[in-house]
Amino acid sequence: MEIAGQQVSRHGVRIVAIWAVLTAIAVPLIVLVLGPHLPPGKMSAEASDQTSANTVLTAVVAPIILIVAVNIVYSLVVFRARGDAIEDGAPIHGHAPTVLAWVLLTSVIVLALAGWGSYTLVQSARGAGGGQGPSPADLPKGDRTALPIQVIGQQWAWTFRFPTYNAFESRQLELPVGRVIAFHVTSLDVTHSFWAYELGVKADAVPGVDNVAFVTPRKLGSFNIRCAELCGLWHGHMALHGHVVSASDFVTWVAEQKAANAQIIPDLGPYQRVYFPEPKHRAG
Amino acid sequence: MTETAIEAPRSRGRGLLGFNLLTAIVLGVGGFFFGAWIGGKMAVGHDYLIGTDQNDVGIFMGFLFGTIGWLAGLGFFNYPLARLAGRPPLDWSSEDEMYVVPDATIRQHEGGIGRYFRLTTDHKVVGIQYFFGVGIFFFIGGLNAMLIRTELLTPHEKAWPAGQYISLVGLHGTMMIMMTSAFILGPFGNYFVPLMIGARRLAFPRIEALTFWLVPLAGLVLLSAIAWNGFPTGWTGYAPLQDQARAGMDAYIFAFILIAISLALVGLNLLTTILTMRAPGLTWARLPIFVWGVLATAFLMVLAAPVLVATMLMGMMDRAANTSYYLASGGGSPYLYENLFWFFGHPEVYILALPGFGIVLEILPVFSRKPLWGYRLAVAGMLGVAFLSFMVWQHHLFVSGINASLRPFYMLTTELISIPTGFIFLNAMGTLWRGRIRYTVPMLFALAFFFNFLIGGLSGIFLSDVPSDVTTHGSYFVMAHFHYTIMGGLVFAFFAATYYWLPKMTGVTLNERLGKIHFWLMFVFFNLTFFPLFAAGFLDMPRRVSTYAPHLQTLNDFVSASAYVLGFSMLIFIGNLIWSLVFVRQPAETNPWFSRSLEWQVASPPPVHNFDRIPVVMAGPYEYGVANAPPVADFGTGAVAVAGK
Repeated sequence: MEIAGQQVSRHGVRIVAIWAVLTAIAVPLIVLVLGPHLPPGKMSAEASDQTSANTVLTAVVAPIILIVAVNIVYSLVVFRARGDAIEDGAPIHGHAPTVLAWVLLTSVIVLALAGWGSYTLVQSARGAGGGQGPSPADLPKGDRTALPIQVIGQQWAWTFRFPTYNAFESRQLELPVGRVIAFHVTSLDVTHSFWAYELGVKADAVPGVDNVAFVTPRKLGSFNIRCAELCGLWHGHMALHGHVVSASDFVTWVAEQKAANAQIIPDLGPYQRVYFPEPKHRAG
Repeated sequence: MTETAIEAPRSRGRGLLGFNLLTAIVLGVGGFFFGAWIGGKMAVGHDYLIGTDQNDVGIFMGFLFGTIGWLAGLGFFNYPLARLAGRPPLDWSSEDEMYVVPDATIRQHEGGIGRYFRLTTDHKVVGIQYFFGVGIFFFIGGLNAMLIRTELLTPHEKAWPAGQYISLVGLHGTMMIMMTSAFILGPFGNYFVPLMIGARRLAFPRIEALTFWLVPLAGLVLLSAIAWNGFPTGWTGYAPLQDQARAGMDAYIFAFILIAISLALVGLNLLTTILTMRAPGLTWARLPIFVWGVLATAFLMVLAAPVLVATMLMGMMDRAANTSYYLASGGGSPYLYENLFWFFGHPEVYILALPGFGIVLEILPVFSRKPLWGYRLAVAGMLGVAFLSFMVWQHHLFVSGINASLRPFYMLTTELISIPTGFIFLNAMGTLWRGRIRYTVPMLFALAFFFNFLIGGLSGIFLSDVPSDVTTHGSYFVMAHFHYTIMGGLVFAFFAATYYWLPKMTGVTLNERLGKIHFWLMFVFFNLTFFPLFAAGFLDMPRRVSTYAPHLQTLNDFVSASAYVLGFSMLIFIGNLIWSLVFVRQPAETNPWFSRSLEWQVASPPPVHNFDRIPVVMAGPYEYGVANAPPVADFGTGAVAVAGK
């Protein structure tokens, strides 16, 4: 290392300079320009948390990509072989301080990301809109007054059931703004995954499981519902639009739905957390 | 060690009706129908099942007897039966034959293309069998991808009916995962590990032959699903969808069982070989880094693949014997399948990635003309990744509803994996630093590996972070992520190894210009194909759909167009292979890359016995530019004639 120490430091300074310039351009662009467009938006508290998670991660990842890429591209250009003769490079086997610095740096970044991710999951995002199973660990503020809505997946449709409103069923979904919603996601046949994109909700619909996910809508508007787990032939067709509406509109909508479905409501089975369709010919 | 190498006596009757691929196919097909007939008898009393594609017993029995027929047709039972009948093991007459399994020697001298279609215990023949065998199935999987992209040209089902599309998705994924699991350990591990550690064969040559011959059988069994309209579950085969599917699912289950057995045995074989058969002087600190990569992968294979066998056997029982391991309605749990599958599945993705690390770190020093920078760090990186890979599997299940309070733990372990992975990148940067970098085709592929894996690996950070994963889980973001790591990583490493080592394996030089065209097309259009798919995932496009939001059509059309060019680049490779191997046949030099590694010090292609004398290793393989570095090994008089010590 001593032989060409001067040369090495010159290369090192150049690399760090190029990296610093590129990072100084990239990170503000990501935070200010790209960030607001990153999914899933700000329609709910959970979605906002996911958007900021995506923004932070992109802003952290970009400098890492840049330092590796700048280093490698610089070496490829500057240290390329000139001419056809086979010459040997500098016989360096390693450099302990560099290794130590790299290991420390990556460890700090990784532990910081894991700590921050856990903090947002548990403390700020409160479950982040993900399915948490029958006994949720991370409860959002106001979960005791949450509006329960059961989401029943089946091949290949979603049905929504409202246990606090005579357990009526609907093929449409409207949510009141500003109130904590507890989705109870389950399935009648195979595994689906309830994905309300703009709301930042994703929860697997597993037969025999009451998978709870919380969301607090903050803005009026419509959102996309998809199935995010392969469930057979028409997996791609389990898509529809839901709406976030005002509290009074929600009450009106519920009344309409109950009136429209008045005939079938008595025939619906009792509300249960999970349902089992007729088992096939099985010994059990 | 050598006691285990006792091999079948010269089998009689090696004419047209000898034991080869043809007899294997005939007996395999015959065995299938015989087994299906027995299965039909077993289904008596359930008359509605007989002769339909819902008689899973019949189909599984068919596959079982088909497997027995296939192996019998190849001659796997000859030796055990001969020994049972009291015939003595082969008499070793000369000292030389102690180092090679005698049968392999005979066939090698018989020569000809026929030996590639037979049971052989020569590790170099098995390596080439693997190369072409796995390559053919990889090509079929690639064709499936082209058909998938054709459907996705339009936002609604147009090119294929929905059922056919979902079969294509399942077939593509399963074929690729099955075949790429041994994409590097099969061809290059089998071929080069003995050469690189100074041995004359693998530890268990007959098991080595078995591991290969299970692979085309598994591929054919999987393809037989087409006869039953495929299976609708994708490569993950989630229950209870698995249980609901028709007979194509049986093919999936049985093929995965065969592949898992093969993988476990490959791992066992290479592990034993590396642990016990290194040449004298080949200390752990001198072991080529590729062999370290193989060692780490072999550990994973031995530990993870048997879990897959158990997983699939329970699925088989659910389908054929009406048990309820995975069925909530009968007291089982779909989570059991998901946990077991990903307990195999996540080490599996490192079974795919680690050999790639080994390859690129093997190639970088040769074309930088520098020692491998941070050798111990690289070893620690690969072993660290292998170790951690068993502790992360529930990150596939963040939104599934399994024990939510464990999510921070799996977030932590998943992100910890990026530390040892980062070691590999530091090795690369250090090795290139102040080198004399030559841009050969293998070097280009190795460098592209780092670019692709950088993006693939860091996109994984999003998936490991739970709040971000709620957005990206099950979307095209995941799909782009693992294609960046598997195709951008493993497949690029495979081509790096191919261009690097094929001259040694075949004794023929590949055309460099075609190689460079192949590289640039593949590299550019790989990125144009998969990078936009991160955006598709962010824009709420779920995986495995044939219908998507109409406003994503432009994006998808662009991706499909790029995918076609990517597919075309593979044709250039095949063209290069045929042109160079069949028509031009320019002989390869012994050491065209001026590498110090052991395998380049023997002739191209290597002689049957690999080494006239077992070499005594005197230095590490990467001492480029080191003043007064000793030669890598003593091949001559100083050598000791003891195999495998």
